[in-house]
Amino acid sequence: MIKDILSELERTERELGALSERKEGESGEEMQRLGASREELLQKLKRLEPGDRVFLARHPKRPHVEDFIAALFTDFFEQRGDHLFDEDRAVYGGIARFHGQPVTVLGTRKGRTVQENMECNFGMPRPEGYRKALRIMRQAEKFGRPILSFIDTPGAYPGLEAEAHGQGEAIAKNLAVMSAFHVPILSLVTGEGNSGGALGIGVSNKILMLENAVYSVLSPEGFATILWKDASLSGEAAKVMKLTAEDLLRAGVADSVIPEPVGGAQRDPEQLYRSMDRAISEALSSFRGMSPSEIREQRFEKYRAI
Amino acid sequence: MKSPITSLYELVKDRELRNRAYKDTISASQSVKIPAGFISCRKCSRRSLRSRWEENFYICPICGSYSPIGAYYRLKLILDPGSFHELDKDLCAGDPLDFPDYEEKIAAQEKKTGLKEAVVSCYGKIGGIDLTAVVLDSRFFMGSMSRAVGEKVTRAVEHADQKGQPLIIFSASGGARMQEGIYSLMQMAKTSAAIERFSEHGGFYISFLTHPTTGGVTASFATLGDITLAEPGALIGFAGPRVIEQTINAKLPKGFQRSEYLLEHGFLDRIVERREMREILLRLLELHRAEGAQGGEKA
Repeated sequence: MIKDILSELERTERELGALSERKEGESGEEMQRLGASREELLQKLKRLEPGDRVFLARHPKRPHVEDFIAALFTDFFEQRGDHLFDEDRAVYGGIARFHGQPVTVLGTRKGRTVQENMECNFGMPRPEGYRKALRIMRQAEKFGRPILSFIDTPGAYPGLEAEAHGQGEAIAKNLAVMSAFHVPILSLVTGEGNSGGALGIGVSNKILMLENAVYSVLSPEGFATILWKDASLSGEAAKVMKLTAEDLLRAGVADSVIPEPVGGAQRDPEQLYRSMDRAISEALSSFRGMSPSEIREQRFEKYRAI
Repeated sequence: MKSPITSLYELVKDRELRNRAYKDTISASQSVKIPAGFISCRKCSRRSLRSRWEENFYICPICGSYSPIGAYYRLKLILDPGSFHELDKDLCAGDPLDFPDYEEKIAAQEKKTGLKEAVVSCYGKIGGIDLTAVVLDSRFFMGSMSRAVGEKVTRAVEHADQKGQPLIIFSASGGARMQEGIYSLMQMAKTSAAIERFSEHGGFYISFLTHPTTGGVTASFATLGDITLAEPGALIGFAGPRVIEQTINAKLPKGFQRSEYLLEHGFLDRIVERREMREILLRLLELHRAEGAQGGEKA
């Protein structure tokens, strides 16, 4: 199990750290032994099953949209509310600069602490969240700002009020309107991207996926429940669903994969941010020289071909 | 209500649709063995003569509940005789994920329903007005959205767009086709983008929701109509009732996510009975007929 490998790796690294503080010579042999076992564990972490990636994609310490915005952007100004009915904390976004260029940035937010998790509904947006996303994206279109959306959600919230307020309509509207924008839209699937809840902010010119992110029609648990009436078969489901970044690249849905530190993004977020920064710069620069209608047409063709 | 058939060609077309519609009503009614000539209701379990069901548009003559009907039968109810022309008839489901046992399952669905996919698309006429019509069929894999379903819907929207025809889509779907994973999900974006483009070009789209319309279909083309109609008592929603009950850990109120509930909550223009379906569609089509066309006389 990847969970055990990760905790063993952490223990080994702690011991190594403690040893290196002591005088050399005394512990040379021990150091070597720990170093070798660390190496072995890292090798294991390079061969991951789809189910392991689902685990990493949901790791509680994995960087979230707030971390990405803080690390990759400047001058962030948060925009709140759908200005129709309510504010949904599960969607976080606003205006910011990426290397000086104004952009609209948004994403689904799970929250870090239990308190935040509850406030953000564990990253499951309600219709108000999709309508808030649409409001701020429409402004991006109006003011000619590229849109960056960060996706990490178990799905749209399946609740009573969410249905009464038109969850389906809210998502559908976003899909239709996003498909027609003239500004470039870049989506980054950073954790788990499940169902229409992920797609609701993810109709894009380019989709970048973090190496351990997953993207599919449903969570592996939901998938296993529907097909085999047993949520505990989620590991098996992950294998047949073809939901890893590599699979999505092959399917032509994802356009590129951003490498993560061995053992997952949570092990070295700074390293991840540098890779993300490079990938986003590269993706955005690919739209320079394209006219607004070419940008729109390219997005349209991307989905038309799937 | 009927327009005269003027040519032998139309007569042949009409017979083709009638035959298919007849088969539809046989396989749409359940497979429980009951005396020939009778159909028993799924809701109240009481049986009535087939001819009584037929007269009643497959609404239970006893309890009034709507029986699901097949795509061809639905088209026969609304189209002018002889005007039916099927589109992309041979476009069938693929197996993009190479999913275990999926091909066998498709073959079984084909055998059961005589359909190649969960949707029939066509062009034809209602009251002499040309239109493109799409009908999802819940008998085939619960009307779930596969890549082929998304493709057929998209092509039909493009057909309407190119010909400048109004578009009617009857939705009936359990949601995504699990066996096609991400490809199924992406059909939501593909179909929605096609509708958006059609709409930008001034296209008129009536979305008609029938039982059940849920999941990815609800969250894409089904809720993007200029006019949104539904059959009485149809289940319409994004998340299924069981998932919601598990999430909120409570029983849902009676009538939740039914057509009447959606009408009350502001997501439908009107609930349309099966017997008035053609008449209402015709009225809407006439109201949207392009200027210069005949029939726009003031009283």
